[in-house]
Amino acid sequence: MAVLEFKSVDLIFGRAWQEALCLVDEGAGREAVLEKTGAVVGVHDANLAIEEGEICVLMGLSGSGKSSLLRCINGLNPITRGELLIDDGGHRIDIASCDAATLRRLRTDRIAMVFQQFALMPWRTVAENVGFGLELKGVSKVERTARVAEKLDLVGLSQWRDKYAHELSGGMQQRVGLARAFATDGDILLMDEPFSALDPLIRQHLQDELMELQQRLKKTIVFVSHDLDEAMKIGSHIAIMESGRIVQYGRPEEIALNPANDYVARFVAHMNPMNVLRGGSLMTPLAALAETGGALRLGAGGRVALRLSADRRPERLTLAGETVTLRHWDGSGEGGAAAWRDSVVAASADITMGEAILIRHMSGNPVLLVEDGQMIGVVGDEEIYRGLLRQTGKSEGGRRDANRMGDNRDG
Amino acid sequence: MEWLTSHKIPLGRWIEDGVDVVYEHSFWFFDAISTGLGFVIEGLIAILLWLPALLLIAMIAGLAFALHRNWRLPLLIVPALLLVANMGYWEEMVETIALVLTSTAVCVLIGVPLGIAAAHRPWFQAGLRPVLDLMQTIPTFVYLIPTMVFFGLGVVPGLISTVVFAMPAPIRLTYLGVSGVPRELIEAGEAFGATPGQLLRKVELPYAMPAIMTGITQCIMLSLSMVVIAALVGADGLGKEVVRALNSADIARGFESGLAIVIVAILLDRICKRADPGAGGR
Repeated sequence: MAVLEFKSVDLIFGRAWQEALCLVDEGAGREAVLEKTGAVVGVHDANLAIEEGEICVLMGLSGSGKSSLLRCINGLNPITRGELLIDDGGHRIDIASCDAATLRRLRTDRIAMVFQQFALMPWRTVAENVGFGLELKGVSKVERTARVAEKLDLVGLSQWRDKYAHELSGGMQQRVGLARAFATDGDILLMDEPFSALDPLIRQHLQDELMELQQRLKKTIVFVSHDLDEAMKIGSHIAIMESGRIVQYGRPEEIALNPANDYVARFVAHMNPMNVLRGGSLMTPLAALAETGGALRLGAGGRVALRLSADRRPERLTLAGETVTLRHWDGSGEGGAAAWRDSVVAASADITMGEAILIRHMSGNPVLLVEDGQMIGVVGDEEIYRGLLRQTGKSEGGRRDANRMGDNRDG
Repeated sequence: MEWLTSHKIPLGRWIEDGVDVVYEHSFWFFDAISTGLGFVIEGLIAILLWLPALLLIAMIAGLAFALHRNWRLPLLIVPALLLVANMGYWEEMVETIALVLTSTAVCVLIGVPLGIAAAHRPWFQAGLRPVLDLMQTIPTFVYLIPTMVFFGLGVVPGLISTVVFAMPAPIRLTYLGVSGVPRELIEAGEAFGATPGQLLRKVELPYAMPAIMTGITQCIMLSLSMVVIAALVGADGLGKEVVRALNSADIARGFESGLAIVIVAILLDRICKRADPGAGGR
């Protein structure tokens, strides 16, 4: 069962919310509603189910309603209409209609939040900041000290515990923010563009750290981002938002391969495909490969010849006329180019485009994709080029659109 | 023009009638305030005068050291206070300090909650602002008259006038501090489940503390600037010496009592100024 479920959630800011709801139901756009009623449509008709332990990224341009939607989850933005159900030990609580005491319990025990500008209290030390949520909850000082120490250790800031926030770098400050959110041991973590205020290297580093921590902690994370690369990297699911609506929801690769509309396509055009596209979507499937003389001819000049058994298992492999054995990809390329030169490599359909390029580059030969020992397709130069071109737009027109999108994103 | 002046709007009359009505119906209320405040301030004066002067000087120097952790300020305080005692104004100075401290305490007790309320309720702030402007711009002599009607002569009407004059500072600065708390910090508090009371105690007040402290320091200085005017309605202290010197054109006495006021002002200012804003620094 989903830990969090949005059911037709609407969020309207302003006094004339009733009129505004009528208007959006009739299909009026944001500008029209604002002009007629003075109310701002934050979110309209959001439906989303977030499973336990997944990272759901809400993604869109600034003003698309992603942060507003996130703030509905812990009631910072009271929902105007609709239901937001949170699983609470078997039964479900509707955050949109629960009483203040329940909301407070959810905030102290279940849902923690990390902020874009860190939101650390400047008059508190690092340790006092981390213990903030526990203090509000009424946890005793002894227990607080122990739990703060544990969480500081988790984010690697133990020796900074008595410093003030402004004495720390941005990346460290956000780690304090993370530790503060972990401290209450809530199972749901809300992250509002937590890494956007950091410079790119630190950002990537913290993304990696978060993923590593998530391996151990297995929280349900709702993450807001305006950066599709970040969303693709950390998200198990992505919801793309435009003008207060969720326009597409799916796994990263689904979105990369089948953008639902122009808006999503423009985002995707700007994405770095290396870690998103998988071998399975790049490959030329076995059925589309032609056999010549009883064998498949692959690579430059057909120097790899592969004969398959009746159940499509690789049987006899020759490279430039000499018999070689098929090597299996180890996931990292141990030993570098020298160790893999002039070999033919089999890998799973799950390898990323980046890995496929690495294998192709080191071995000098196309990559065979194998599932349960059976050959399913091949990724060579042609397939890699096709994958890259798909990202940058097939035509000049698509290219221009992509550039315009980039300008918007900065603004 | 003649018509205009001959049909005078009786504004002053109305106010006077209003004051009379208020006094008639609630003189017991003003009596209670008068008795209460009189008791507090006279008690404070009695305690301070009961202490030997040298001991009190040592205590003030010790307090300054405890607050600022340096020896320069106590080294300034001791000779300055000895000079005041030497000039023969010790008792008057103690009375003045008691007046200033009591008025500051009243201002803070009323002003800080008002400032917080104004920061939380825009409508209250909208109503409060013109009142504060009025309190600060209306010449102090003007409200000296009704306070005299309500509270009689003596230290209490002086104290009330001082409070009216000095209170806008802590209200304004508390308002400024509390309303300046960044939205993200408020959200952080709420997101971790703070109740409104916790939000006030653990987020808003700590953030606003430097501004509130500035308000209190300003309040002390404004109170001190009122001592001469408070003396006109009978408040004891250095102000009374200045008024006497003025009435008898006594240059020596005027200069000495003036110097004593300046010394008190400098010492209070130095002691109250926050030496290191470190912990709350941002």
